[in-house]
Amino acid sequence: MAAGFKTVEPLEYYRRFLKENCRPDGRELGEFRATTVNIGSIGTADGSSLVKLGNTTVICGIKAEFGAPPTDAPDKGYIVPNVDLSPLCSWRFRSGPPGEEAQVASQFIADVIENSQVIQKEDLCISPGKLAWVLYCDLICLNHDGNILDACTFALLAALKNVQLPEVTINEETALAEVNLKKKSYLNIRTHPVATSFAVFDDTLLIVDPTEEEENLATGTLTVVMDEEGKLCCLHKPGGSGLTGAKLQDCMSRAVTRHKEVKKLMDEVFKSMKPK
Amino acid sequence: MEGTMQTETTIRAESGIESGPRGPSCSLRHFACEQNLLSRPDGSASFLQGVAEKSRERLIRNTCEAVVLGALHPRTSITVVLQVVSDAGSLLACCLNAACMALVDAGVPMRALFCGVTCALDSDGTLLLDPTAKQEKEARAVLTFALDSVERKLLMSTTKGLYSDAELQQCLAAAQAASQHVFRFYRESLQRRYSKS
Repeated sequence: MAAGFKTVEPLEYYRRFLKENCRPDGRELGEFRATTVNIGSIGTADGSSLVKLGNTTVICGIKAEFGAPPTDAPDKGYIVPNVDLSPLCSWRFRSGPPGEEAQVASQFIADVIENSQVIQKEDLCISPGKLAWVLYCDLICLNHDGNILDACTFALLAALKNVQLPEVTINEETALAEVNLKKKSYLNIRTHPVATSFAVFDDTLLIVDPTEEEENLATGTLTVVMDEEGKLCCLHKPGGSGLTGAKLQDCMSRAVTRHKEVKKLMDEVFKSMKPK
Repeated sequence: MEGTMQTETTIRAESGIESGPRGPSCSLRHFACEQNLLSRPDGSASFLQGVAEKSRERLIRNTCEAVVLGALHPRTSITVVLQVVSDAGSLLACCLNAACMALVDAGVPMRALFCGVTCALDSDGTLLLDPTAKQEKEARAVLTFALDSVERKLLMSTTKGLYSDAELQQCLAAAQAASQHVFRFYRESLQRRYSKS
């Protein structure tokens, strides 16, 4: 009977739960799903991570290649993120060129990298004006159950922390780059941006970490990206119902708590990794 | 239709309205608006303020979707086409204002009007409303908000750069105050237009 009601009136079914301050999967309004992270599983990539937020699964692989620095910034390298949402992860996507949601997600990740200065692009330069590292970050969603932005941000951060770049010297005689694969060093990660997403229901209720069903029923979404000093890198609210200043304040405090949770998880994982 | 088109063309030049110079109480630049200047579409408006892209399109589209009463027009497609004539900073806010005025001009039922306001924070934390392109480039952070006319709630926000929570609240408050001027301008502009015809 409940299943029938859910099919016919999904919003009403949902409201019954929200009235009791909980959700169909048993979570409270401010509770995140179980987060797991796995690092370094892809051997062919220079850095990789797999993040699971409940059922939402995102894998990130980073490849480092050589490239010429941009002419207007000869001492900087490139970071090129790409989010891939394929029919594999959800029935909503079709194969072919990236759809709108994938493009928006890629733009969001690029903005987070740019705004938070997680990596100084100057660190990626090998020889100014001639050679620099280009980091291709591929984020592939394996299962889309809502809250893709949080999972992608976390996966990217974990993969970046896992990247090891070999030492490169420019041979003055031949002007060729010599790569020393035996000597590798980690990237200098300056900040740790963590994303917290909310869904707005009926213009008033805010729930954290929406599943795909909740995202479809919501009247608006909000994503806050915060770093460890409480500074905001991104406040992404793409339309939807309005929010007052007070509600925004609640979101900020939840984002601060989430940052602590994620940072603790990442520190545990990196500590447990055996040094190469 | 031909007759009405012609009258519309003749009054077109006078239906524009310009706001006053940037006074001490309002730090927004001078803006002007002209409506119904294209004869073919159902509604059109040009918004001149101060002298991407799928992401930007999506932001504007989602903001419009939140205010337009779509349930009154089932099986209808509303296409909003925005053409940038010149970009002197605060482009997204200007696009939002133009979209709102065009929807009003077309007679689309909406639950509220909305306006776009841009705030820039420079390196020592001073707030600048409606920045020029040069100010935007030099700023530490640029925040663009879309606010509704009923309760000044935040409909859309997109930000660039790093800023603190307190600065966000400050910018939001300043944007809410500035939106009053924009909404008053909308009202005057519409009154001027309908008093002629």
